[in-house]
This record gives sequence, structure tokens and C-alpha cells, in this order.
Amino acid sequence: MGALSAVRLLVWKDLTLELRTKEILTAMAVFALLSAVIFNFAFSPSPAQAVTLLPGMLWVTLAFAATLGLSRSFVLERDQQCLEALRLFPTDRSLIYLGKAAANLLFLLLVEALILPAMAVISGIALLPHLLPLALVMLLGSIGLVAVGTIFSAMSVNTRIREVLLPVLLFPIASPVLISGVKATAGILAGRPLVEVLPGVRILAVFDVMFVVLGYVIFEFLLEE
Amino acid sequence: MQAIEARGLEKAFGPVQALRRVTLEVPAGESLVVFGPNGAGKTTLIKILATLMRPSGGWVRLFGRDPQRDDDLRRLIGVVSHHSYLYAGLTALENLLFAARMYGLPDAGARVAELIDAVGLGPRRFDLVRTFSRGMLQRLTIARALVHNPPLLLLDEPYTGLDRHAAALFTDLLEQLRGDRTIVLTTHSIEQGLALADRIVILVDGAVAYESRDGLEDQHAVGQLYTEFVRTGAWVH
Amino acid sequence: MAVTTQERAVAAKAGPDRPATLIWLGLGLIVIGQFMALLYAPEEVTMGNAQRIFYVHVPSAWVGYLAFAVVFGASIGYLFTRRRSFDLAAYASTEIGVVFTTLAIISGSVWGRYAWGTWWTWDPRLTTTFMLWLIYVVSLMVRAYGGVGSQAARFAAVLGVIGFLDIPLIHLSVVWWRSLHPLPVVIRPEGFGSGLHPAMLQALLVNVAAFTVLYVALFSVRRRQMAAADALAELKNEDHRRAGTQWTVGTQEVS
Repeated sequence: MGALSAVRLLVWKDLTLELRTKEILTAMAVFALLSAVIFNFAFSPSPAQAVTLLPGMLWVTLAFAATLGLSRSFVLERDQQCLEALRLFPTDRSLIYLGKAAANLLFLLLVEALILPAMAVISGIALLPHLLPLALVMLLGSIGLVAVGTIFSAMSVNTRIREVLLPVLLFPIASPVLISGVKATAGILAGRPLVEVLPGVRILAVFDVMFVVLGYVIFEFLLEE
Repeated sequence: MQAIEARGLEKAFGPVQALRRVTLEVPAGESLVVFGPNGAGKTTLIKILATLMRPSGGWVRLFGRDPQRDDDLRRLIGVVSHHSYLYAGLTALENLLFAARMYGLPDAGARVAELIDAVGLGPRRFDLVRTFSRGMLQRLTIARALVHNPPLLLLDEPYTGLDRHAAALFTDLLEQLRGDRTIVLTTHSIEQGLALADRIVILVDGAVAYESRDGLEDQHAVGQLYTEFVRTGAWVH
Repeated sequence: MAVTTQERAVAAKAGPDRPATLIWLGLGLIVIGQFMALLYAPEEVTMGNAQRIFYVHVPSAWVGYLAFAVVFGASIGYLFTRRRSFDLAAYASTEIGVVFTTLAIISGSVWGRYAWGTWWTWDPRLTTTFMLWLIYVVSLMVRAYGGVGSQAARFAAVLGVIGFLDIPLIHLSVVWWRSLHPLPVVIRPEGFGSGLHPAMLQALLVNVAAFTVLYVALFSVRRRQMAAADALAELKNEDHRRAGTQWTVGTQEVS
């Protein structure tokens, strides 16, 4: 069976499980919304200030929301040792990583689609004119977060301090994503010329490629005892 | 051809030696039962045979092939663990369909329908596995392990948590599979193990302490040998 | 009798007694190096004598990165072969690396305090070194909380590989970030201006060599310690197993 079919099947499995309860999507979305509200209370920005603050708010919120979703991603495999079962299939074991990462990405993008308009409304900023470049930056950033986050999620699920270990692992390693994402978003919203924003986009792209490939290669070594 | 050939298997987890030079040969169609107390290395052995782990020393061949080089080999192996390998949030049908499709079976739907009825779970196939009893879980687990018709079946302490009735049903199921398939089963229940065994191996502290060859001792004798061995750590014949 | 045999077994696993020489060599070089740093190298034009901390800062940072490169290599080795020696090498290098990186950050911070009046600036190199420090710390956390034995080793190894490959990207992103918000003062750890006075360069190189030798020495010692602890644990396991009676293992035919 082809790699694509296997990944599709794995994503179907995660989607079906999640859509039945919608637990994690709800948690992520509600959390993201609350963060936006709290940020606005904490900083009470004027409209001019809001533009400066939004990129940071957005990416911090996304990072934490991503942690929520990623954390649960392998919990549902842990229950009956389903991860072991996945490794018993004749498919390439690294496809398990791709399948999980793809599902995690889907959930994160779904939440982003909800949170972006919400944040725009709450902070009173017009995002529509910048939609396309913004969407690109967020897509690249999400791929990066999910690429390393999926690996760390698999790692932390079996430890005593699972909830703490995942963010602690994710944030330093994903810092290029957060730094570049924030600065690129800020540049886009401020209407800076493309050439100024491009280095950040490049870093995001390189990060994505590097860590998706690394994740694919290293996953099997990670899982084997 | 030997279904399983293992020579000098060793497995260390840090400073802990889980398996010490275990050598095993299981011809196709044989039913081998591995006894051993907790910590004997039974699960480690099964996991290595199931290609889930690489040994630290020695090698293993399944049907003449090297599991480390052969992803496709897993098509020939079915595993029943004391975990169910089932997703609580999916229905019985979905669980089996997922497995069937991951094995690339051409007529997944038909095969799954047939299996679900064969284990008597037909009426519950649209129910979430979360709602199943232990006995039902066990039946579904075995169905899942058999969905791709593997010639080699590995069972790691499958009787865990089963009451007498469920255990008897399970034994019946296995009896039907015996002979066509190669079976390796680990357990610490002498009674249930002997009912299914063509041959037995006793594993203690990671090493093969006893291996029967011609015919089988009667249950009482083996039970005595086993208890004596585990108690004293020495062989008294 | 049994004790000595065990002691010998433990010592045999740990390795021969070379580290002592290295430690003396390292310490000797450090004395020379710091002497050169404090007296031989000329006073720096802009900062004065406070600049001399650079002879500690740069070598420490260098060793911090070198140690992480060793962690990277050993981690790959462990993931491929699962040999305990690779794991111990990675662990030892992590512990020592974090010490030197801490030193690098503190010395960098002190330097900043004297040069620009603040304890912390987001200078790209210092920031990247700080991120390296964070990754080290997380790596130690993984080893502490990663779960039973070989699982923690596996996880730490994966982090070692990912972290090392991440460092260049972290640096690039910080550099870009800072380029958007340039600092008021030009910071170049080598000193202001384009070149180094030859005496300064010599002092620097001696110190770099000294710190490197010290790293190798500490690494050997720590690794031996861990190997010995391992061997001891193994022996204890054997003892537990054998507790009681005579032991024979083998297969027996039954008629």
C-alpha cells in the first residue's frame, strides 16, 4: 500500500476519533479565544498599539494552543498500546510520524482559522488586506510547530511530567519559528516591503523542510526500545 | 522451513539484562508455549519476535527472513498482547477496517464483516469499543490479530484479566487455529498453557531453563518442575 | 575475595587511569592562559581591563558548543547502535557542556554590565548561547524525568540530534530579529575594531586550548564514573538474582 494511502488512513483515524468528541478542538479554540481576551485586558492597547502587539499575542497564543493539541495527540495511542499496534503494520514506521503530524497540523489550522478573525475583531485591526501573506506565514509556522511538536509529543507521553515536558521541549527548539513568525507577521501588518519580510519566511521554510525530514528519519529510532 | 529461528538472543536495558543467549527453533505449524515468572523476559522475547525491538546480541529469522531488513515480513505476523490494541473511541467495525486497510487487504470490507461474525460480535459492530466488556475486547483483539491471516501468531499473556469462562472461549478459539498456524504463547498459567502446547519452554531470568523435546510431561509433573525451579533457582530432576 | 573480584570488574569496565594527566595538563594550561590574559595581553583601548573577561567568555562558549557537538555525535551513535558507551558519552558531555555554557553566559553578562551598564543585552551570539543553555537544561530534565532507564537515554539522544541541528537556525532567526532592532552599540565579542592585537590573539588561543583540554579531561573522568556506576548496577543485579542457592542454567532433555 502506498505511503500516501497509509498517511491518509492514519489521518482518517485521528480525525474520526477527534470529531466524535471534539474535545481537543474545543479546548484549543476556547483557550485561544480566552488568551486573546486576556491579552487585551492585560495591555489595553490603543488601536495604534494593537498593531504592534498583535503578532506577539497571536504567536504566543498559537504556541500554547498547539501544545494543547500536540499533547493529546499521542495520549490516545497510549491507552491500549496502540502505538505498538501501529508499528506492527507492514508500512514504513516513519509514516506514523507523518500521519500524526498531518493530523496535528489539520487541527491547528482549523483553530487558526477560527482565532485569526476573532483576534482581528477583538483588537480592532483589519487583517483582510494582508490575508494572503499572513496565511502563508501562519501555514509555514504551523508546519514548523507541528513538525517538532509531534516528535516531542511522542517523547513526553510516557513520562511522569508529560504536561510540563512538552512545552519545555517545544519552546526552545521551536524558537526560530516563533521569532521569525512574529517578526514576519509584524512586517506584513506594518506594510513593510517584501524584501524585509523575506528572510523570516525563508527561515520558516528551511526550518519546516529540515525538521519534517528529520522527524521522518528519526521517528523510528525514537519509538524502538 | 522454520517459522522462527533465534540464536543467542540477548537484550539489555541499560544495566539490566532481560534476555541471556536465548536460542529457539519453532517449525511451521507448531504451538510453543513459554512459561516463566514475572520478569523472566517473556514479553521481551515476544517483542523481539514481533520485530518491535532489536536484540542487543544474537539474531532472529522469521520464515528465513531478517525482520530488520524486511518491513513486509510484518504481514506474516499477528500479535495478541494483554493490551487490546483497540481504539476506545472507534467502533468495532472501524477498528477492524482500519487494521485491514493498513495491511492493504484488497477486500477489507468483506473480510472484516466475515471476521466480526466469526467472533460473535456482529450485533455490536457499530458500537464504540469503549462499551465492550473484557471478554468482548479479547474476542475483537483476536479478530484484529487475524484480519490479515498471518501464518505466525504471537500471544503475550493473553489470559491476563480473563475469567474462567472467557479464558475457556479463548482457548477454544486458539485450538481451532492450531496446526494451520505457528503459535507462540507466553503465560504463567500452567494449566491453560499446557492445553495448547505442542512443546514448552521455561524462561527464568532471561534464560531458557528448560525445553521439552519429545512428547509432553503431564501437567502435574511440569507444574512441579516449574515451581521447584522458580523457587530454588536450580534444577532438581 | 569476592569483593576484590568485583572491584576489578568495575575498574576494568571503567577504563585505564589516563584522566589524571589530562587534568594536570588542563589546569596547567589554564594557569598559563589566565596569566597571559591578565598580564601578557595588552589592555584594550575602549573598555580597559574589564575586557579581560573575554579570555574566559570566549573559551567557555567555545567549549559549550564543542561539548554539544560531541553530544550530537554520541546521540547519533546511540540511536543507531544502542550501545551504552554512546549514551554515557552523551550524558557526560551534556553535564560538562552545561557547566561551561553557564560560565559563558555569566561571563558574557558581566562583560555586558561593564561595557554597557546592563546585565543583559540581546546580542545575537549571547542569545544563541543562552538558547543552547536552555536546550542543555531541558536535556538534563529529560534524563531526570524521562522515565525508566533506556527510555530516557533514547529521548535525550533524539533531543541531542534535534537541538544541535536547530542551533544554526536559532542563530539565523535571532540575527534577523536583531537586524530589525539594531542595538545602540556595536557589539563584537572579539573586541571593538576590526582586528585583534597579536598578543591578544595568542592569549586567546592559549586559553581556548586550555579550556578544551580541561573539557576532555572532565569528560573522561565523568564518563568513567558513569561506566563504573553502570558496572556496579549490573553486578548488583546479578547478586539479587543469585541470592540463595546454587545456580545452573541450561536446557535439559526430558525423556
